[in-house]
Amino acid sequence: MPGLAGRMSTVVKAKISRMLDKTEDPGETLDYGYQKQTELLQNVKKGIADVVTSKKRLQMQSSKLEQQVVKLDTQARQALSQGREDLARTALERKNLAQTELQSLDQQVKELESQQEQLIANEQRLRQKIEQFRTKKEVIKAQYSAAEAQVRIGEAANGVGEEMADLGLAMQRAEDKTETMRARASAVEELEQAGAFDDITQLGSGQDDIDRQLSELTSGAQVDDELSKMKAELGSGGGDAPALEQGEEKA
Amino acid sequence: MIVRISGEGQFRLPDEDAGRLNELDNRAVSAVEQGDETGFQELWTQMLEIVSTDGNQIGDDELVESDVILPPRDITLEEARGEFTGDGLIPD
Repeated sequence: MPGLAGRMSTVVKAKISRMLDKTEDPGETLDYGYQKQTELLQNVKKGIADVVTSKKRLQMQSSKLEQQVVKLDTQARQALSQGREDLARTALERKNLAQTELQSLDQQVKELESQQEQLIANEQRLRQKIEQFRTKKEVIKAQYSAAEAQVRIGEAANGVGEEMADLGLAMQRAEDKTETMRARASAVEELEQAGAFDDITQLGSGQDDIDRQLSELTSGAQVDDELSKMKAELGSGGGDAPALEQGEEKA
Repeated sequence: MIVRISGEGQFRLPDEDAGRLNELDNRAVSAVEQGDETGFQELWTQMLEIVSTDGNQIGDDELVESDVILPPRDITLEEARGEFTGDGLIPD
């Protein structure tokens, strides 16, 4: 097939031949290539660990943002009930941005999770195939003439080689993805450090610039919408306005 | 015939499926070339469906080469456009 399948097959087959055809007997390469197999499986373990680390980092950011969303929402309500629409708007803009980031983080955590599961399943499959190969090789040797056995062992070795090559591609893909996630996590951290998700009790000098950028980043219409909803809710609720909650000290 | 979905293992399919898969594959490639995301995803889903409907997963005790190797299930149009190159774990 010349299409996607064709290109995919070409890549995998090229890898198999690089792995196995260096010696005359590919079966021998595999059989004595314990070191190569061990390295491969070690790399997969490391790859899985990397995925888990990236995932944890994103999860931590995600739960921090969740807290900020709740806090900013509360503050917007409080500001509004004190007649400070300007502050309420600022809080909602920040909440909006935090929510958008949160959604994208959660999506990425999910992707990493499925990647992690897939790598684990692939690793187990490869382990079993390697074991199977070792057993089968002896059986083939016992059952067939030397020449015939070599052919059959070669076929089996290619089967295992394909599994290895495919796991190699899956690993590479996982690495690319964790790389992207790391960049993403850093971007969120930068926003955080710039104070984009700070609650409004922490507004100090120099915040005007952040707020200008924020209102560019968040959808004005969405903020207006939320603001009028909040007004309606507060209007029907009534009661004394509580003072603005203090934000937590920044670490 | 034996089909591998990259990252998921191998499946045994009736040989008659080769023609259908090939046709869908060719159409998927045109969709990729035209940057038609919806078209590509639709065709790709159809290809995967053929494998899951007609295919029987090959056990870990069988060591065979695939006739066809399909890209990972969650391949993006962007990735399909690329060349699937790179070395990954397997040293040259």
